[in-house]
Amino acid sequence: MASNPFVVEVESLVKRFGSFVAVDQISFQVEAGRIFGFLGPNGSGKSTTIRMLCGILMPTSGRAMVSGFDVIREPERIKERIGYMSQKFSLYDDLTVRENIRFYSGLYRIPREKSAERARWVIDMAGLSEREDSLTRELSGGWKQRLALGCAILHEPPILFLDEPTSGVDPVSRRNFWQLINTLSDKGVTVFVTTHYMEEAEYCDTLALIYRGRIVAQGSPGSLKTEAMPEDVYEIECGEPMGAMEILKEVKGIREIALFGKLLHLMVEKDVAVADEVKRVLESHGIPLKRVFKTTPSLEDVFVALVKEDDRKRLRSEVQKAA
Amino acid sequence: MNLRRVKAVAKKEMIQILRDWRSLGMAIAMPLLLLILFGYALTLDVDQVATVVLDRDRTQVSADFVSRFGRSRYFNIREHVSTYEALQRMIDSGKAQMGLVIPYDFSEKINKGEEIPVQVILDGSDSNTATIILGYVEGLVQIYALDLSRTPQYRVYSHPVKRSLPLVDLQTRVWFNAELESKNYIIPGLIAVIMMVIAALLTSLTIAREWERGSMEQLISTPIKNMELIVGKLLPYFFIGLLDVSLSVAMGQFVFQVPLRGNLLLLFGSSAIFLVGALGLGFLLSVVTRSQLLASQLAMVVTFLPAFLLSGFMYSISNMPKAIQVLTYLIPARYFVTILKGIYLKGIGPKVIVAEGVFLVLFSLGVIAISNRKFKKKLV
Repeated sequence: MASNPFVVEVESLVKRFGSFVAVDQISFQVEAGRIFGFLGPNGSGKSTTIRMLCGILMPTSGRAMVSGFDVIREPERIKERIGYMSQKFSLYDDLTVRENIRFYSGLYRIPREKSAERARWVIDMAGLSEREDSLTRELSGGWKQRLALGCAILHEPPILFLDEPTSGVDPVSRRNFWQLINTLSDKGVTVFVTTHYMEEAEYCDTLALIYRGRIVAQGSPGSLKTEAMPEDVYEIECGEPMGAMEILKEVKGIREIALFGKLLHLMVEKDVAVADEVKRVLESHGIPLKRVFKTTPSLEDVFVALVKEDDRKRLRSEVQKAA
Repeated sequence: MNLRRVKAVAKKEMIQILRDWRSLGMAIAMPLLLLILFGYALTLDVDQVATVVLDRDRTQVSADFVSRFGRSRYFNIREHVSTYEALQRMIDSGKAQMGLVIPYDFSEKINKGEEIPVQVILDGSDSNTATIILGYVEGLVQIYALDLSRTPQYRVYSHPVKRSLPLVDLQTRVWFNAELESKNYIIPGLIAVIMMVIAALLTSLTIAREWERGSMEQLISTPIKNMELIVGKLLPYFFIGLLDVSLSVAMGQFVFQVPLRGNLLLLFGSSAIFLVGALGLGFLLSVVTRSQLLASQLAMVVTFLPAFLLSGFMYSISNMPKAIQVLTYLIPARYFVTILKGIYLKGIGPKVIVAEGVFLVLFSLGVIAISNRKFKKKLV
């Protein structure tokens, strides 16, 4: 029997809370040893999905397998094989760093001869060697985050679920945090991470963009930028960028204009050549055009474009329904 | 069930209790405070009844009669008044609970051997106390009459038929609480009631607190099993409960001087079984409500009122209406009150309380089994 390369397999997973559909028919797969990023705005269903995969939330329908176990039928088997770090800090504020680590060492039944070494490793990794006996509530955000990660990986789980692990953490701590995650990934740990930071998404091997409970695109960051983009992106450099924005809105084929510093980004309908038209219109208004060229969109461009397209689709289908 | 996990949970819980002076205070100080408050306030003994006397006879004979009241520990003569209005005022204002009116011809009639009406006025607003006082008065008057009948003077004048009546001499002996002191049966019952309330209150916070603080989300993502969590969480409170029982028993012994006739081991054994049930009940409420406020309020209501009113702790179950009597069988405190009173007052052995013990075991097992079923390692 060939071993399954996917440690997480999700098929048509749905979660409803009353009439609200938090997760709507999502399907994806996560390859072993990869960093899988779940990118989406707040309230898009990221936490709901991660909680279902950790076996602490019952799906309404669909199927999800983690490490070969069904989240509905065998959630407790999954819990032995994963580490989970929830979005809200959920260690014990009134315990010290050491006491928190000991508690989770006990829960995960880490062998006694190994537990001291693991505790040491977590404390060093989190940079808490001076603060082992501090109450957790006295730690700053970045330290708490790393301690929470440490407690989630004490038992060296092959799969790690991290729900917005870096929200509210300063940029330096965030970078350190990602270095850690990369180290773990290099050791073969599969990491499933949710985020709404675009720059963090770049660290992931595979991304799924989730919006309003649906996955609107998935792939590697590179392929998303080139393939998932529904529009072409042009970058132009010209005088009077603010005035130029107003004028270019009228040009056929241009859907969206965004200011990028002194540059303008134009979202243009796919395969419509607008470069000459832009040049003509701007010059007719006396605005000199220095450069115009087709560029690779940023992840943010892709995400915004996909979200807008999704909104348009939904609006259309609602209008059709109403008609 | 894995002992390592149980130990981890118990240890963590203990650290949290010790670090939070409020929960520690509630666990240790509250039962003692309640015991002192109720132990002193809840006395059903009636003595030193404030008495006002209106002696219209003012003779040696009437003075002798009144002095019998004065000498008794049940009466305390506050004042002698000369008018009926003054007596009435004393009772109206609550300065006296009882008025004693001796008619002007008291000594005269005694000397003639005639019937003597003596008036006793009682403040009946507390009917129970009034009935008890009336009993004291009747007893005292009976002894007075008996003494009179034995004096030669009385024999000369008294009615011949009356004199020949055989006198029944009642020789009473009260078992188990020979001094008839209410504290001797209130304190053991009180310990049971307090343990029920405190135990349930303590554990009513444990699970709800984890949900409210958010630590439950992390906890349920680990492979911990329900029974490991239940046993681990209850263990520290179980020892606190046993400590509370020890302190209460010590207070009964040294502060209230309640005699403990039975076996201490039996007392602690049955307390341990009872504690598991009471702690389990609080835990169950915490599991079901997921709210510290709601769970603690519910714990208060479902333990205190039934334990206080329906356990037979103060109000005798046999005097209740049949329907209520049936209801008392569902109150675990009822069995524990019976056990504690039995051990304290009667010094009974294990054989007498087998039925109560069996019920407590069933209750404890039931509560734990339901908690085990009700606790779900899921967010909603």
